[in-house]
Amino acid sequence: MTVVYVETDPAGEVTLTSAEAITFARQLLPDGGPDTSREVAAPPSGSPEGVVIGQLSDSAVAELGRLGVSVIHHLEHPDLAEYSAAAWAQAIVDITPESGTLLASGTPRGMELMAHVAVRTGQRMAANVIGADEEGLLRQVHGGTAFERLRLDGELHVLTIAGHACNPEETTPVTPEVYDYELDVAEADLATRVQRTEAEAADDASGLTSARAVVGAGRGVGSENGFSEVLELVDHLGGALGVSRVVTGLGWRPHAEQVGQTGSRISPDVYIACGISGAIQHMAGIEGAKTLVAINSDEESTMVQRADYAIIGDLHEVVGAVNEEIVRRKQ
Amino acid sequence: MNILVCIKRVPDIAGSVVLDDTGTGIDESGLGHTMSSHEECAVELAIQTAAATAGTVTVLTVGPTEAVEQLRAAVAVGANDGILVEAADPSVFAPEDIAQVIGDVVRDRAEAGQTFDLVLTGDDAADTGDFQVGIRLAYDLGYPALTNIQTISAADGDSGTGGSGPAPGGGERSSGRIEARGIGPAGTEIFALDLPAVIAVHEGGVDPRYPSITGRMKAKKATIVEYDAPEPGTGNPRIRLELPEVKASSVTILGEGPEAAPALVDVLEEIGVMRP
Repeated sequence: MTVVYVETDPAGEVTLTSAEAITFARQLLPDGGPDTSREVAAPPSGSPEGVVIGQLSDSAVAELGRLGVSVIHHLEHPDLAEYSAAAWAQAIVDITPESGTLLASGTPRGMELMAHVAVRTGQRMAANVIGADEEGLLRQVHGGTAFERLRLDGELHVLTIAGHACNPEETTPVTPEVYDYELDVAEADLATRVQRTEAEAADDASGLTSARAVVGAGRGVGSENGFSEVLELVDHLGGALGVSRVVTGLGWRPHAEQVGQTGSRISPDVYIACGISGAIQHMAGIEGAKTLVAINSDEESTMVQRADYAIIGDLHEVVGAVNEEIVRRKQ
Repeated sequence: MNILVCIKRVPDIAGSVVLDDTGTGIDESGLGHTMSSHEECAVELAIQTAAATAGTVTVLTVGPTEAVEQLRAAVAVGANDGILVEAADPSVFAPEDIAQVIGDVVRDRAEAGQTFDLVLTGDDAADTGDFQVGIRLAYDLGYPALTNIQTISAADGDSGTGGSGPAPGGGERSSGRIEARGIGPAGTEIFALDLPAVIAVHEGGVDPRYPSITGRMKAKKATIVEYDAPEPGTGNPRIRLELPEVKASSVTILGEGPEAAPALVDVLEEIGVMRP
């Protein structure tokens, strides 16, 4: 059995990364998983089951059906209304089979919950998995510059799937069976419950991870006040700004805008990297970009060499000219 | 508040990597080393919190002899002392092994009279990215765990120190309550947590400071307690490392300078990302 922990956004919709994780489960763990040393039982169809905690909207059920999820285990309880990793993890443990594969997307939530589940079930966990075959699992290490081939033992295999390890793909729609559970939540597991959430625009990275166009800016912008051309291009594209770690480290932009190994991992249709040399940690965050454009004065930089298209030159001059050209064409 | 910060010596990779002869590790001979970025912030957070609560900061690492460099780097920016659990090849340890080793040290230090109100780790290490040690350590110690935390403060003016009940190893368990803030899917999430606890820190809430000259001098003389790591209980399930396929550059240079702008706009129109 392959079970996927499904994250939903504040509107109750299935997140992009969870859609990826379900697709991964369906395509790369067919019939319950790779033929490793484990003995994984699975339904013949290979269709994964999903776990949803909290509100389950009709549209989310339909979306999970289009993604091929045949069964939804729905957990809703007043004590689970606010996030508590320990309580949520125990809820997942309570409804998860003792054998098979349990996976989640490699988001902070997914990582945290699967780690708790792994401890509570006495299992190992493999984080940032990108593939599975007869030899075992393959996962990202060193920020994606190397892969680790590993073999898990045990009855239950607990995984997280690296962001953008596969594209979310719908399949022949099914009508999921929804099972609701009544749970007992231990008081001790609520010690780490969220007390309150303060929504601030500066903390919101969802626009960055869902944008079709992301304009990236690095140290090359020169200063905290050097983003005007880049932000204008973001506006022209209706996209999002993504920055390198150097930029957030200098305090020029908030961490929520950081793209990379310790920031957001993005998968836009186009990523326009302005003045970003292409450090490995940054490249790890843009692997999912379908088209990569570099604007850089250094033709030999990693970013230019890895790009699909590049313009060699000063980013302020080039981006300014791009903005002018866009305005001219709109007139 | 007395704080233990667990850090890791990792290779400082700027370019592509080369595997070693065994194929199970990377060739680190030409690489510098550093501590993981989340842990740099954990050290800074510990220093700020300890300063605000008249506490101390101890840094711990499980690693080779050379990892003392990372311990002394932490002392140079304000930590008080360090603990080196010497393991010639830490890659043979699984996350659960590392958590067990750290837990044993915490219990041993408690027996020796050194208790910690708070244990900080990074969310994950830059090399393995396992995201488990902090959580597994919390379960080993019987403490609550938080991850993805960016700032902490003593709640309601609580100093975060005191005693109530036995700590691991028979010492006095600390009390106190802290507020921790981290980034969740809908904004900043605020937690209130009784001590002792384990908190995994995510980069971005604080800016790591640079060492002063006096800090560097202090680091040279700092006390580093040493332990020998035991044999790993479970071991690493790694079969080997593999490198991504090297793709030949296929970049299309659209031109140089502002004159190339129309060519890029053509590409953007073709992709279909231009706002109407």
